[in-house]
Amino acid sequence: MSAVQAAALLLVALGAWATVMAREPVRQAVVVSLYGLALGILFFAFQAPDVALSNIVIGAVAMPTMILLAIAKTRD
Amino acid sequence: METAPARRPGELSFEARRRLFLVGAVGLAALLLSGLSGLPDYRDVTPLYGQVINGVAVEERSTTAVVTAVNFDYRGFDTLGEEFILFAAALVLVLLLRRLGEERRGRLDRLPRHRHTTSAAVRLTCVALVGPTVLLAIYITMHGHLTPGGGFQGGVIAATALLLVYLGSDYATMRRLRPMALVETAKAAGAGSFVLIGVAGLIVAGSFLENFLPLGTPGELVSAGTIPLLSLAVGIEVAGAFVLLLSEFLDQLLVIRRKRGGGA
Repeated sequence: MSAVQAAALLLVALGAWATVMAREPVRQAVVVSLYGLALGILFFAFQAPDVALSNIVIGAVAMPTMILLAIAKTRD
Repeated sequence: METAPARRPGELSFEARRRLFLVGAVGLAALLLSGLSGLPDYRDVTPLYGQVINGVAVEERSTTAVVTAVNFDYRGFDTLGEEFILFAAALVLVLLLRRLGEERRGRLDRLPRHRHTTSAAVRLTCVALVGPTVLLAIYITMHGHLTPGGGFQGGVIAATALLLVYLGSDYATMRRLRPMALVETAKAAGAGSFVLIGVAGLIVAGSFLENFLPLGTPGELVSAGTIPLLSLAVGIEVAGAFVLLLSEFLDQLLVIRRKRGGGA
């Protein structure tokens, strides 16, 4: 395993931990976005650029947006 | 908190449900563990299917992106299924987020103007990014058969451009830029064209989703037969679906209000 791959794995583990530890939903939506980006980096480091792209658009952009919008509606 | 809700006749008790869940969970854990323990180390093995596809895809389909060749050609039928999962999910969301009887539509001209609360730096950045984002979406979609990416990723990126418009201006501006009838038509047309291209393969070459167009030279923009067309169809469908999702959520958030007396 290369250093880049090990770093990416570590980043994902860190991101997952941070997502669980962030208890406030709005903050969690932002952290889960960073976690999605970390997963994208991981997929890229393991030579799956197609999956990395999909994960960045869904995990880092689309899903946090939906979460934020849903939270905003419930606080309306 | 722990008071059990009244049970209807024939319904399982909480205890019975928990036992049922535990049996299932233990079974699932055992299956997962036995499955995971049998996985080969990722460095040592290139799966047979991967070896075969890597060996033949460029020659057979004139595409330099083997993953896209699998998605839109060799296993194009699977992609058809996935595309309709998204299609159905977007439809159900529209149904769920519709205006209910006790709700009314607020007036658009009374919407809070976000331009007063967003800083100029954020607005400028968002507006400056809209054009490049659209360009990137088109690039990713149309180069799916040459480089990583394809219709799915490109479609979501295209929808992100609209999100940037919202962040950089306000909801009324965003609404003007996405005529809903056009979005819904595009979404349906994208999903439909995938099927139509498949049927064309059936008619021309004898099997559904057969790559029946001239393949051209690997690495050129116009090559790989039906693959870029299918990628474009998926791109349009996905962009439409995500714009729809975004609009429905924002509509719920900003426009739809409870009727008087129900708060807000």
